[in-house]
Amino acid sequence: MDIVTEAGVPRYLHNNLPLGNPLGAPGDRVNQRRSIESALLMAKEMEEPGIKVSELTWPRENWQKVYARVGDDNRDTLLRMGEENRRKRAENKAKGLTR
Amino acid sequence: MDDFIPYMERTRLFYRAQGFKKDYVWAQFQTIPFQPLRKPLTDSRVTIVTTAVAHPDIPKPVRIAESIPFSDVPEHFDTSELAWDKDSTHTKDRQSYFPLEVLQQLAAEKMILDLAPRYHFVPTQYSHRATIEDDAPAISAACIEDQVDIALLVPL
Repeated sequence: MDIVTEAGVPRYLHNNLPLGNPLGAPGDRVNQRRSIESALLMAKEMEEPGIKVSELTWPRENWQKVYARVGDDNRDTLLRMGEENRRKRAENKAKGLTR
Repeated sequence: MDDFIPYMERTRLFYRAQGFKKDYVWAQFQTIPFQPLRKPLTDSRVTIVTTAVAHPDIPKPVRIAESIPFSDVPEHFDTSELAWDKDSTHTKDRQSYFPLEVLQQLAAEKMILDLAPRYHFVPTQYSHRATIEDDAPAISAACIEDQVDIALLVPL
């Protein structure tokens, strides 16, 4: 929601779900369909840019706290991830793998 | 209602913790390029723009936008290199992020006219320039060529 608001988009349907399943939880055919129907109706009805928040919720609690969490228990792991990431980027650049 | 995740702040802290010195700057536009739908939904052709990777054999740093026939949709896209919530969910159900079957169904039910011949891959790029100057115009041109009326952007 914050990233989309910052960028500014013509129409945005926000499903408050974990990243990875923007249309609905795995196997949730009813809400996956409803998401697309809602998006198409926004295309049909809206006459100016806007955001709609659906009523969909994730079946498990506390999922918002987990994503990209930083804590004392994972600081070392994150630093190692960062080092690996920088090493890989430098390697790609050296190989000319860049746009 | 659940609270919304403050992704920008969360991401900034996450990458600082990884030792990156410079914060990412998200794209920001002063004007929004809004176009009303000019015809009834029932006469509208629809396509999908996805960040899911159809051709993972191409190295991530040099992936560019691709317009791919719907007849070539992989049974499972590669999502391993995308930043989704790997602690809370999974992407084994393609329909949770790529609405091919739903759109086919809605076309059969005549809510929309039909599905365009091609869908579009947009790479998740660190560089705004690559997205704004290369990828977005390529997808836009392909949509015009395919006479698309509605492009649904469904990023993971």
